[in-house]
Amino acid sequence: MVPLTHYLALSFLLFVLGVVGVLVRRNLLTVLMSIELMLNAVNLNLVAFSRQLGDLGGQVFTVFVIAVAAGEAAIGLAIVISLYRLKGSVNLDDAAEMKG
Amino acid sequence: MTPALFLFWLLGVVVVIGAVGVIVMRQPVHSALFLLLSFVAMAGLFVLANAEFLAAVQILVYAGGIMVLFLFTIMLVNVRRQAKEPFLHGQAVVATLFGLAFYAVVGGLLVGEAKKLESLGAAGAVDPARLAAVTIAGVKVAGNSQAVGWALYREYFLPFEIASVFLLVAMIGAVVLGKRTMEKVD
Repeated sequence: MVPLTHYLALSFLLFVLGVVGVLVRRNLLTVLMSIELMLNAVNLNLVAFSRQLGDLGGQVFTVFVIAVAAGEAAIGLAIVISLYRLKGSVNLDDAAEMKG
Repeated sequence: MTPALFLFWLLGVVVVIGAVGVIVMRQPVHSALFLLLSFVAMAGLFVLANAEFLAAVQILVYAGGIMVLFLFTIMLVNVRRQAKEPFLHGQAVVATLFGLAFYAVVGGLLVGEAKKLESLGAAGAVDPARLAAVTIAGVKVAGNSQAVGWALYREYFLPFEIASVFLLVAMIGAVVLGKRTMEKVD
């Protein structure tokens, strides 16, 4: 049986990789992929705690997180497409109108 | 090292390789394929953690649905024509250092707290078999899929219905946002 600490170390490493991806990349598509990575890290965490505590709630919440991830991907990619129509580019630096 | 632990870190390394690939690849298509690798290995980790139903959902929804959506969008926006982004701009260095610090501080705290929980769990009370076999309303449920199904349709029925409404809203929103011209709607 794998100890809980190993699950936490791995899932948090994955989460940090997602955060770094969001901060580093300027391509909106890759930023969305990094967000999916973070959601996946959270799923692993929920599943690990569900196993550790013998409670199914964690697995049920993972189903909900996956549903939210699907909705987020659909809306996010629709935004990518409309941004591309507007700007002809998916680079985040080109969408800087709100800088003030 | 037990076989389960070895398998865990084998899959874990694949997941991390996928995640690093997503960040460093310059072509979005390559990023998407590394993301797929990460998702599939994650499904294996779910199996290791007694969550067989979630492993199947992970493959179906992430590797099947979300990945197809990403690949279609990459095809539609034709990013190959885009100007190449510089690989290491100043922000990347700062972000990587921030990530390392974040991992060290919060990860250390998290693992410390989890160790306490683990010592608590070792005393008893925790039984992984509870995830696969529960008794609800006098009916003995066998198997993880059936147990999750029972939980979804009984204890978590309201959130489940809200999730379905959420998905409907997301679908309509995606259709409206993806429309070619907004003006023609009026």
